[in-house]
Amino acid sequence: MRVYQFSEQAYFPAWNEHSGSLRVIFPNQKCDPHVAADLFHRYYDEYQAADELGIDIMLNEHHATATCMSSTVVVGLAILARATKNARLLVLGYPIGHRPDPLRVAEELSTIDVISRGRLDMGFIKGIPYEVAASNQNPVYLMDRFWEAHDFVIKAMTTHDGPFNWEGEYFHYRQVNVWPRVWQQPHPPVWSTTGSPTQARILGERGYVMATLGTGFGTRKVYDAYRKSYLSKHGKAPGADRFAYLGLVAVANDREEARKRGELIAGYLRTSPIVYPPFRNPPGYLPPEDNARVLRGESPPRTYTKAGRVISMQNAPVDDLIDAGVLFCGTPDDVYAQIAAFCEHCGGMGNLLMMGQAGFLTHAQTIDNLSLFAREVYPRLKAYQQPDAEAVAAAA
Amino acid sequence: MSLAAESADGSLTVGGVRIDLIERGQRHSQARGGGGPLLFLHAENGIEPSREIIEELAKSAHVLAPTHPGFGRSELPKSMRSVDDLSYFYLDLLDQLDLTDVTVVGVSFGAWIAAEIAVKSTARLSRLVMANAVGVKVGDRETRDIADIFAVTDPDYLAMVYCDPAVGKRDYKALPDAEVLAAARAREATARFAWNPYFHNPRLKSRLHRIRIPTLFLWGTHDRMLSEAYGRAYCAMIPGARLETIERAGHFPHEEQPKIFVERVFAFCGKVEERVA
Repeated sequence: MRVYQFSEQAYFPAWNEHSGSLRVIFPNQKCDPHVAADLFHRYYDEYQAADELGIDIMLNEHHATATCMSSTVVVGLAILARATKNARLLVLGYPIGHRPDPLRVAEELSTIDVISRGRLDMGFIKGIPYEVAASNQNPVYLMDRFWEAHDFVIKAMTTHDGPFNWEGEYFHYRQVNVWPRVWQQPHPPVWSTTGSPTQARILGERGYVMATLGTGFGTRKVYDAYRKSYLSKHGKAPGADRFAYLGLVAVANDREEARKRGELIAGYLRTSPIVYPPFRNPPGYLPPEDNARVLRGESPPRTYTKAGRVISMQNAPVDDLIDAGVLFCGTPDDVYAQIAAFCEHCGGMGNLLMMGQAGFLTHAQTIDNLSLFAREVYPRLKAYQQPDAEAVAAAA
Repeated sequence: MSLAAESADGSLTVGGVRIDLIERGQRHSQARGGGGPLLFLHAENGIEPSREIIEELAKSAHVLAPTHPGFGRSELPKSMRSVDDLSYFYLDLLDQLDLTDVTVVGVSFGAWIAAEIAVKSTARLSRLVMANAVGVKVGDRETRDIADIFAVTDPDYLAMVYCDPAVGKRDYKALPDAEVLAAARAREATARFAWNPYFHNPRLKSRLHRIRIPTLFLWGTHDRMLSEAYGRAYCAMIPGARLETIERAGHFPHEEQPKIFVERVFAFCGKVEERVA
């Protein structure tokens, strides 16, 4: 198993100053650039520490929000491409359907891949609903734009014999010729995220690494949808390395301290959904059939425990978050056992995207969290024997 | 005699695209005050809220009320992405049904379609009624001419577009499935055609001078999505067009004051006839 450290690089000092929305409409007068600078430097120090501890790195971006200061993920990638030595640099993700210019995306990511000497993992994402307000891209066409941008970036990275022409539905270029060319051949690994079995099938056909975020004990059905389509397309089962899961991780030498840290890291879950309601579901983001259910007030629960008890990610106490597989928390023995059990539930999961810092967790606590994980948990996860992929896929 | 209902369920296929079409009134009964059929183009909230006005109009005219592609149960070809596309679809519909001397009545989004049709050709049209019309930008780049309906809560939206918000309130738990799905499709279709640029076509303004048929703007004065000043500026871009206000009505005056709305439409038709005579 590989483990990626992730932080949303939050501007947590303003978290208690909102009046109903931490995103889209929260004025940036609440952001002191001097405080932001200190936080950024601290977060990059923690990423460098992860690199030194042998942990890989994940970055993301959100817009117009105090929950995540990284609004241009390529800046973070650029800093870390130079400042780290060994870590894979996973961007999860790059909301390419929102971008006006995928040529720029191809150039940025190729440059990062070269400077990092081939350490880039390239996660392309649709983006959460709130991002539409910032980009103003038509949410109805977001996935069409996403796939055209994807096709374009891949072609731009894999074409080496001079310019090609692209006159698509959304993007037009006549001389596409990306310098520098990518380091990894034929292109950096592609990742994506989803929570829906429909999208999982598409990713399975393509064989891309699929990540789910906070899906807890609902993860298996999404993974199985991927497995079925992967198996039917590729004639073999996908290995555990095709699956990734974002979980919160709080480890300490005693359970009480671990739970304190768990609650601080769960600050991410407490704050992430604080959004003025009109921005939560822009038209066309969901299919009309789903929106008809939303109009009726019927929204399926997203997170539940292994025993099937529905929990609220935003409000659930730490113990419920642990039961739901959303938070891995406790002593190193506890955390290893929880992650291994979760992998069994998933039928194999080879990439843990570890939120090891969030919100009010201090720098010292973060470093201790990462160090203890690297020393006491990670070696056991590396040795962990994933469930037999062929047997799992055959039963999917 | 029915023009439209090719099938029992009142659908019509134009250029391979099947849409719903309500047809009411007698084909040869002249619109009160004279003239040919009346083409009613519904607003962004779909055909359902317009059922009453369609019946009212049909008491005195032969009314055709299509459900726009992408709304209700009407199909939407992937290639149809703009109000410009919708206007060509309706020009084809007018040709296919060989309609002449048509009075087009559009509300809000429907009025935008009407304007896009009329700048291309008024050959089959005799009059235009534009109620609380969107479609152009009148202010500078930092002025929000048209309120962002996607950035407000449902109660705030209803208060914005209705004089009496209760008129627009829907109990989705109690409505039939098809109507709830139609509401969801209307919201998506509106975004499809009007998200960006927001409820307008930057090219339309410079084409409006081509509309040389009698044009009436009707304006619900309690509209807080569009100001009356916006309506007057829009109206001034169409040669000879004039604007009449409707009190105690918001963005959908045909829903809140259907009788007054119908009277204004037919008074306009009559006046046009008198002028021509």
